[in-house]
Amino acid sequence: MMLTAAGLSLPGRLHDAALEIGEGELVCLVGPNGSGKTSLLHALAGIGGMAGEVRLAGIDPRRLGPARRPAFLTYLPATRDIPWPLVARDLIALGGGDADFETLELEPLLDRRLDSLSTGERSRVLIARAMAPRPKLLLLDEPTANLDPLWQIRLMQLVRDEIGSGGRAALVAIHDLDAAERYADRVIVMEAGRIAAEGMAQIPAIFGVEKVDGRWEAVRPRADPRSSP
Amino acid sequence: MRARIAILLGLALATAFAASVLLPFEPLRLLFGADGELAIALIRELRLPRAALALAYGATLGASGAAIQALFANPLASPDLTGTTSGAALGAVVTAYLFGFAAPVALSIGSVAGALGALALLLALAGPKAETATLLLSGLAISALAGALTTLALALAPSPFAFYDAYDWLMGSLIDRSLEQAAFAGLPALLTIALLLRLGPALDRLSLGEEVAQSLGHDVARLRLQVICLTAFGVGACVAICGAIGFIGLIAPIFARRLTRGHPGRAILAAALIGALLLTAADLIARLAPLGRTLPIGVVTALIGAPFFLWLVAHMRWRLKA
Repeated sequence: MMLTAAGLSLPGRLHDAALEIGEGELVCLVGPNGSGKTSLLHALAGIGGMAGEVRLAGIDPRRLGPARRPAFLTYLPATRDIPWPLVARDLIALGGGDADFETLELEPLLDRRLDSLSTGERSRVLIARAMAPRPKLLLLDEPTANLDPLWQIRLMQLVRDEIGSGGRAALVAIHDLDAAERYADRVIVMEAGRIAAEGMAQIPAIFGVEKVDGRWEAVRPRADPRSSP
Repeated sequence: MRARIAILLGLALATAFAASVLLPFEPLRLLFGADGELAIALIRELRLPRAALALAYGATLGASGAAIQALFANPLASPDLTGTTSGAALGAVVTAYLFGFAAPVALSIGSVAGALGALALLLALAGPKAETATLLLSGLAISALAGALTTLALALAPSPFAFYDAYDWLMGSLIDRSLEQAAFAGLPALLTIALLLRLGPALDRLSLGEEVAQSLGHDVARLRLQVICLTAFGVGACVAICGAIGFIGLIAPIFARRLTRGHPGRAILAAALIGALLLTAADLIARLAPLGRTLPIGVVTALIGAPFFLWLVAHMRWRLKA
């Protein structure tokens, strides 16, 4: 296994999660709001705590310094806010990657300031920031948010292509169940801060939605597993 | 920052420094004619400490402002608007007038402690990722509190001349300081700037967001502590000698980032140069303004800085709405 992790915990948000990801795998992480998807990505990236054990290509990437870390893992947060009016090219370079990263068709955007870009364009620049160092493990939180339909499709395809060679993998937190089903090698389902299931079978029980005639329909009002009677 | 711009800034600064030492030229000319030794003593005892203090204090305010703005991810943070300088002034006043320690070392220690206290209080009140409004209001509250406590300390001081005595100093003054006193501000200032420069790359990556900076291997909690301790140290040491001078720490980084394509960490060096230039220029204005007497330098920086700050707030209203 390329990545093995166990005992991942963040107080109140993530409880003793364990997972494995193989070389070349694109794993999607789904779960209701507040189920701990972002916390799991944080725990793997060493954000907010170092509990548990992570082995990526034989080492714990959370112990690497800024010089070596981006070659092992990068993390795209769900927020697209950048406080300073940086130029796109500079932002990608700050992430430790090659600013001439061509995969996301950024050429027309590279020399523009972030505050002059649309939200979707800015998203593509931020995604490029995470992808450009070509890390072994890509951790992406809602990468398709704000993207137009064409780019939503192309992005997931690009992530697939990117990790297809050279001992790489991706873990993508995503709300779009169709995209998860379509592009992922495996789907991990989270609920109440725990990894609850693998695959799509448990989706109706956990989410309260079900695929009827090719469309997701609400089958029952979802009970909040965190609320006590 | 491109090399050419750095050289231009350096040249401008050298010119301003030379002007600060030599202007007004008339008394020097007369003295060199009549008494060369006296003229040199005048330069060494009066002009040089003053020019060196303007340089050191301005550079510290610029570099500290740039680092604080980078840390809070906010272009309206600065040593004066966050209450750091008022806290430092309070610390120095309490040390001097209540505890009765007037030695430069004691003043510096009291002042640095006051600055640290103010910054720690700001972090506790507003948090590290404060919205602009929260940050400014917390800074305002801390400044008001420190100001009130400073007045209280002066009122309770045993010396009946405390108010009169402290007024000039609190308004910010570079006048009548010895070379030794200049060193007490200048050496901590240099150390602070040198150490802040080393934090530049990490502060640049902090602009990707706190979480991303952590995922890239930066210890953000330690970075925050380093910036706060360093700025409190540098600003505190300068306030102990020269009193509180406003707005340089706000303005210099804003111009500096225009030279570094928006990079907040890389702007620390440029902000130090611009801050030194601005304060030296303000001191020249204070000295050469045809008003019959020398103006307090804090008044000059406030008269130039406050309108600029108002313009900035109007310009950034969209951010304040959040």
